[in-house]
Amino acid sequence: MNIPADLKYTKTHEWAQFTGEGKAKVGITDFAQDSLGSLVFVNLPEPGDEVACGESFGDVESVKAVSELVCPFSGTVEAINEELLDAPEKINEEPYDAWLIEVSDIGDSEELMNAEEYADFCDEENA
Amino acid sequence: MKLLFEKSVEGCALSILPELDVPEYRLSEGALRLKAPKLPQLSETDIDRHYSELERRAFGVNNGFYPLGSCTMKYNPRVNEAIAALPGFTQVHPLQPSDTVSGCLEVLKLAGGELCEITGMDAMTFQPAAGAHGELTGVMLIKKYHEARGDFSRDKIIVPDSAHGTNPATAAMCGMKVINVPSGADGCVDLGRLRAVLGPDTAGLMLTNPNTVGIFDRNILEITNLVHEAGGLNYYDGANLNAIMGVVRPGDMGFDCVHLNLHKTFSTPHGGGGPGAGAVGCKGFLAPYLPNGYGEDRPESIGRVKAFYGNFLVVVRALAYLLMLGREGVTLAAQMAVLNANYMKKRLAECYAVSHEGICMHEFVVTLEREAKERHVTAMDVAKALLDKGIHPPTMYFPLIVHEALMIEPTETESKETLDLACEAFLEVYRDCMAAETPSQHPLTTVIRRPDEVRAARESKLIYKF
Repeated sequence: MNIPADLKYTKTHEWAQFTGEGKAKVGITDFAQDSLGSLVFVNLPEPGDEVACGESFGDVESVKAVSELVCPFSGTVEAINEELLDAPEKINEEPYDAWLIEVSDIGDSEELMNAEEYADFCDEENA
Repeated sequence: MKLLFEKSVEGCALSILPELDVPEYRLSEGALRLKAPKLPQLSETDIDRHYSELERRAFGVNNGFYPLGSCTMKYNPRVNEAIAALPGFTQVHPLQPSDTVSGCLEVLKLAGGELCEITGMDAMTFQPAAGAHGELTGVMLIKKYHEARGDFSRDKIIVPDSAHGTNPATAAMCGMKVINVPSGADGCVDLGRLRAVLGPDTAGLMLTNPNTVGIFDRNILEITNLVHEAGGLNYYDGANLNAIMGVVRPGDMGFDCVHLNLHKTFSTPHGGGGPGAGAVGCKGFLAPYLPNGYGEDRPESIGRVKAFYGNFLVVVRALAYLLMLGREGVTLAAQMAVLNANYMKKRLAECYAVSHEGICMHEFVVTLEREAKERHVTAMDVAKALLDKGIHPPTMYFPLIVHEALMIEPTETESKETLDLACEAFLEVYRDCMAAETPSQHPLTTVIRRPDEVRAARESKLIYKF
């Protein structure tokens, strides 16, 4: 299981990478893509949309099920990774390169885990 | 298998038509086609064989055991078909004057009355064409109720996380915001979590009881009370009515409106076998908002949801079924459905881990989560292997709250002998999958083996190109 040390993690298996100036990129983790299986669709918000802390900003769909994407902080969608809309498999292949959205003006944030804490959290989920 | 278009041979045609004995009529130039339509050209024999071949590739209740959880794939009695084929029902037009179709109207009235009694509702519409359509109609009634009271702030529908996907979809289609409530460890609604999301913006709750893991929510009266106290209404998803019909009534559990899947609970054809019917019932205070049918003029109606009377012949079949069973039969059917599910649950527990222990209602869920982790044996492997035993797989990977789920609903129309054979097949499949040294290759005997579902979804080819 790949868990990069420089990212922050949520209990709903998203990762966040803070890029400075109140901005962050959000994606789903290796654990998430592995348990979802091969993804076939991604629904993302529009740039300019507001996202709320702990609420859904889109979803990913595998042949098994649709799963909501949860944003760990509030803010404005600065950019979306449009490439994924045509190639959702990139999330399976490179979950940490395949960022979903970039959020600016970050406000409220839920408590995020570091890599070590997230690794323990995944072990518990797997137990 | 080739398509009709691929089998087409230029000049091949159906039987020879009789000679033209009426004057020829030529359409005006503007109405004539410029190019001949692309229709396949085949002999009657070839068409007949084509469709028979298709039929052999399909699997229905008449081919074998079909324990598709939450779908109530019960046997559809042939007598339903005989009755629905009576010329008095088939040789009518929905625009005929109503005094020439009083028999048909009587069918709707009788069926409505019976279903109101079963559900504890006061009024019923047969317009919706299917379950999800019924849901939409039901939530539109709820929305209309709030709006008619001048309350425009209620825009949230509460849905448990074990709900059928159509529930949140319905709420969203009605312009409502969906609020998910997590289930407790027992698979039932978590009362604390429910209280936390109720408020002056609550439009209503959508719930099925028994729920998706086959458990009757013992707190149902408290749940519906809480929603009512918050000013919301309760919507009953009739997907699982087969477990309780003739025993308890949604109306007595505190629900204000319901939809029924006549094609599940009331033995009318299901899925590809024919149109569905999502009858919607409601308490008297919602009746003024029901869709207007012919001869009905409710000024506050939400409007028509389907042309004419809905799928009328489906209602005829459901009524035939109800009259055949009678009051005792309806109750007995529910009881036998529950008994059959519990019998299978107990027998399958020999190998399979059940999601929730104890007595279930009409269905139950097993999980292959441990097997998937330890032996890479998944719910998919079991489902695919069952195909080789002549059994339609149970519902897979649903409900979402159980991982590697198989959801099994035998229904009341299977004999103990069939259940025993099916249980043995399930147990044998389990043991074979767990003993296998290499990844499962099942199904081996079906026309289509394991399709590449991911590629099919990513690169769907839905259009035939000439």
